[in-house]
Amino acid sequence: MSDAAATADRAAGQRAAYVHIPFCHRRCPYCDFAVVDLSEQRASIERYVDALIAEIAMEPPWQPLHAVNLGGGTPSILHPADVQRVLDALKARFGFEPGAEISIEANPEDWTDEHAAALRSTGLNRVSLGVQSFDAEVLVALGRAHDPGMGIGAVAASRTAGFDNVNIDLILGTPGESQRSWQETVATAVGLGPDHISAYALTVELGTVLSRQVSAGAPAPLEDDLADKYETLGGSLPARLSHYEVSNWAAPGRECRYNLTTWAQGEYAAFGLGAHGHRSGVRRRNVRRLDVYLETVEDGRRPEAGSEILSSWDREKERVFLGLRRRCGVRGGAVADVLVTSEAGSRFLEAGVIRMEGERLIVARPLLTDAVAREVLALEERPGR
Amino acid sequence: MSDQARIRNFSIIAHIDHGKSTLADRLLEFTGAVAERDMREQLLDTMDIERERGITIKANAVRLDYRAADGNTYILNLIDTPGHVDFSYEVSRSLDACEGALLLVDAAQGVEAQTLANAYLAIENGLEIIPVVNKIDLPSAEPERVSAELLGVVGGSPEDVIQVSAKSGSGIEELLEAIVHRLPPPEGAADAPLRAMVFDSYYDTYRGVICSIRIVDGAIDSGEALRFMATALDDAADEIGVLRPAATPVTRLATGEVGYLISGVKEIDLIRVGDTVTDVDNPASGALAGYQEPKPMVFSGLFPTDGDDFERLREALDKLRLNDSSLVYQPETSRALGFGFRCGFLGLLHMEIVRERLEREYDLDLVATAPSVEYVAHLTDGSTAQIRSPQDLPDTRLLADISEPFVKVMIITPSEYVGTVMELIQQRRGEMGEMTYLTPERVELHYQVPLAEIVFDFFDQLKSRTRGYASMDYEPGEYRRSDLVRVNILLNGVPVDAFSSIVHKERSYRYGRAMVERLRKLIPRQLFDVPVQAAVGSRIIARETIKAQRKDVTAKCYGGDITRKRKLLERQKEGKRRMKMVGQVEVPQEAFISALRIDE
Repeated sequence: MSDAAATADRAAGQRAAYVHIPFCHRRCPYCDFAVVDLSEQRASIERYVDALIAEIAMEPPWQPLHAVNLGGGTPSILHPADVQRVLDALKARFGFEPGAEISIEANPEDWTDEHAAALRSTGLNRVSLGVQSFDAEVLVALGRAHDPGMGIGAVAASRTAGFDNVNIDLILGTPGESQRSWQETVATAVGLGPDHISAYALTVELGTVLSRQVSAGAPAPLEDDLADKYETLGGSLPARLSHYEVSNWAAPGRECRYNLTTWAQGEYAAFGLGAHGHRSGVRRRNVRRLDVYLETVEDGRRPEAGSEILSSWDREKERVFLGLRRRCGVRGGAVADVLVTSEAGSRFLEAGVIRMEGERLIVARPLLTDAVAREVLALEERPGR
Repeated sequence: MSDQARIRNFSIIAHIDHGKSTLADRLLEFTGAVAERDMREQLLDTMDIERERGITIKANAVRLDYRAADGNTYILNLIDTPGHVDFSYEVSRSLDACEGALLLVDAAQGVEAQTLANAYLAIENGLEIIPVVNKIDLPSAEPERVSAELLGVVGGSPEDVIQVSAKSGSGIEELLEAIVHRLPPPEGAADAPLRAMVFDSYYDTYRGVICSIRIVDGAIDSGEALRFMATALDDAADEIGVLRPAATPVTRLATGEVGYLISGVKEIDLIRVGDTVTDVDNPASGALAGYQEPKPMVFSGLFPTDGDDFERLREALDKLRLNDSSLVYQPETSRALGFGFRCGFLGLLHMEIVRERLEREYDLDLVATAPSVEYVAHLTDGSTAQIRSPQDLPDTRLLADISEPFVKVMIITPSEYVGTVMELIQQRRGEMGEMTYLTPERVELHYQVPLAEIVFDFFDQLKSRTRGYASMDYEPGEYRRSDLVRVNILLNGVPVDAFSSIVHKERSYRYGRAMVERLRKLIPRQLFDVPVQAAVGSRIIARETIKAQRKDVTAKCYGGDITRKRKLLERQKEGKRRMKMVGQVEVPQEAFISALRIDE
C-alpha cells in the first residue's frame, strides 16, 4: 500500500472535532452553509461562543483528538480570546493528541499580521485561506470583500505568524473568468508556496443568490469550462503538491487530517449551528436557526435536529462512495465486488472511469466521481452474503 | 297505419363543432325523453375523451316518442354516427341502419370536407337527406349562403332547408315534423326470417358485449336462440331493449326497429360490426350485404417506458379491444425500447385516441414510435411482403422496389388559400385531381397523396396554412410504387430500431440530418464520445457527435453534508431510472418521445 493510501485509511480510526462559526460580514452569493449575516442581524458572538462551550461540555467524553477544524461562516471574525476559549474547552473535554492538526478557515480581509499572530498563539497550527481567485474582477463577481493583494498578504501574514501548514482555497469556473485569468490565479497561488491547495468548481446550490441569478438568465458555470480549468490546474501544480482528493492537493504530510477523517468514514464530534457530527456510527445534525440553537443549549439540552443510523450494507456503500473521492480510492469489500460485476460497473471499467489496483478500487477520472457514486449507492445487496 | 309505418330511423351528419350533440340533446328534450334537470350537455357522448375532443367515437341509438301534428305518435330512432373518417366503416354501418339523415351545417362555417364525405356516403346508401342549418342566431351566421352550399350538395329548393338553433331550440319542432313527413318508414318483411344488422357493439364489464342492432326483416323475441352469421356463433337473446336514453328492456323488437341486444357473449371479437343476426331455428338464407373486416391503415409501436409495465399494457390493450374490434396489435420487441406492441389503427385520430385512453384510463406511461403505413415490398425473387414496421423491410439486395398506399384526399378551403394548399400538397408528393367551386368563395379539391405524407402533421400544416379554414377528409386509395428507402439511425454504431423510418429517397437526407441533430441535443453526454449517424443501407448520410461527458462531480464533500450528499445522489439516480440503455448509451425517455414527435 502506498503511503498516501495508508495515511488516508488510517484516518478512519482517528478522532476529530468540527466547530461551526456561522458569522459573516455578509453572505457570498454562492454560499449555502448555515450562516448568520452580521450586516442583517445583530448577534452576540460572545453569547454564541458561550453556547459552544456549553455544548462541548455536554458531548460524551472521548479520547484525545487528532484534528480540530474551525469552519464557517467566517471563523476568522472571532476575537483571538474567543478562539482560545473554544480550543481550551475542547482540550479540557477530550485532550489533543501530540501533533494534532488545529485548523481555522480565514478570510483574507480579516487576516492581518497581528490577527494571524494572535490566533497562532491560541494553538492553531493550520490556516485555510479563502482566497478564491487572484483576479480582481472574479472576486467582485463572487461577491468577495477582499482584493488580490489581500490574498497575497494573507499568505505572507500566515508565514510571518509561524503557520507552517497553509491552504489556499480557490474557486474555478466563475462565469466571466477567462482561461488566462485562471492560469494566472494558479501561477500566483503556486508562487506563494502553499502547503495545500483546494480548488472547487463553482457550484450553483439551490436556494443561493447565485441560483436565483442563474435561473433569471445570468451565465451559469459550464461543464467544459470547468473541466478545462480543472485540467489546467492539475497540469500546473508542482510535483510536491500531490492530488489526494477530487478538489485537494497537498505537500507530503500536509493532507487535511480533519477532511481525511470524514472521507474515511471516520468519527468526529460537531458543535455549533447546523453542524454535523458522526460518532458511534450515528450521524447527527444540529439545528440551523440561531435563536433555537442558543435557547436549547442555554436550556441545558443538546441542539440536535435529527440523526441517522444506517444498515451495515448502506454503511458499506457510504464508505465506498466517500472513499472514492480520494485518489487512492478504497479497499475492496462486498460493495466494491458487486459494483465491478454490475452492468454499470463494467461500463465504468471499460470507459476507464474506475479500475482495480491490487485490492483497491479507484476512480481514475476524478471528474466523474459522482457518476460512480450514484451507481454505488444504488447497488443492492446480493443474497447469501 | 301499421307500427312499422310509424318508425323513422335517422342519423345526423355533421362536422365536429357544428352542433350535432347539442341538436341531439334538444331533440331528446323536446320529445320528453330526458327531463330538463337530467340534461347534461352532449348526453350522447359517454366517454370523457369524446367530450373533450367534441367528437363521437361509438355510435349509439336513442329512441324518441314524438306526437306529431297529425295526432299520431311516431318512434324516432336517432342513430349517432362517428364524425371522423377514421371510422368510415362504422359510419357506413350506422347509415345503413337509417332511412334518412339530417345534414347539419353550421351557419357561420359552411360545409366541411368531412361532412361532405359522409353526406356522399349517405346519398350512395340511398338515404333521404334533410339539410339543416344550425346556429342561425350567431352574429356571424350566413344562413342563405350556407343553404346554397348545402343545396349544391344534396339538390332541392331553398324551402327544403330547415333553419334551427340547437342551442335556443328554435326550429326544432319544424325539424321533427320534417323527419316524420319527409323521411320514409323502414322497409323490410315482417314475416320473413329474422335478419338484424349489428351496427355497433361495445363491452360492458357486467353484461358482456352489448350490440346495437337494426331489425331488417322479421323480429327478435326476448330469449330467442340467435346466430351471428359471420362468426357462426349461436347464442340466446338474454335481453333486448331500447335506449330512451336509459336502457329499457322490451320483449320484442319488430321489423324496422332499432335497439340493443345482450346475449351473454364475453368476447367482442365474436360480435362484429356489420354482422347479421338471424334465428337459429328459422335462419335467413343469406346475410345482409356490406360486412367488412376492419382494416388498419396506420401502425405504430407502443412501448411502456417502464419495462415492468409490459403485462399491464397487454391487459389494457385487451380491455380496449373489448370495445374496439378495429384495434389490432401484436407483441413487438425493440432493441431500444424493449417489449411492446405494434398496433394498427384505422387512422391518425384513432391512434391518438387509443394512446390517450391507455395513458389516461390505464395510467400507463408510453413511448409511441413514429406512425408508419403498410408498405408492400416487392422482392427480387418475385414475392411480396407486407411491411408494417420499418424494421421488417428486407435488405436492399433482396428488394426490387416498394409500394405505398395512397389516399384520396378531399379538401374544402376558402378559395383564397387554394395556392397555399396546392403548395403543401406538392411538398407531400400529392397529385392534383378535380377542383370544384362550391360557391365562388369555397373550393372542393381532390388529390391522391401517399398516406405516409398525411400521417406526419399534414392536418396541422393544412390548418395553420389556411388559418384553420380548410377542412379535409380522406379515404383509402390504391398502392403505387415509390422511390422509398429506409433511413437507419445509429447510436455509437448500433442501429436504433425505434428511430428508423421509411421515407422518400429525396427526403432521406433531410430526415437523417434532422434526426441526428435532434438526438445530439436530446441525449446527455456519456462516458465516451458517441457518434450519432443516419444511414441508408451502408451509406452514412449525416453524422453528429455527442462529446464525452467531462465533469460529473460536486466540488465539495465534507463532514457537514455527507447525509445530504448521499440523498442527493440517490435522488439523481432515481431520475436516471427513466433512461433506456441502447447498446452502451443511456438514452432518456424524453429523447424518444421528443425525437419521434411529429412536428418538424
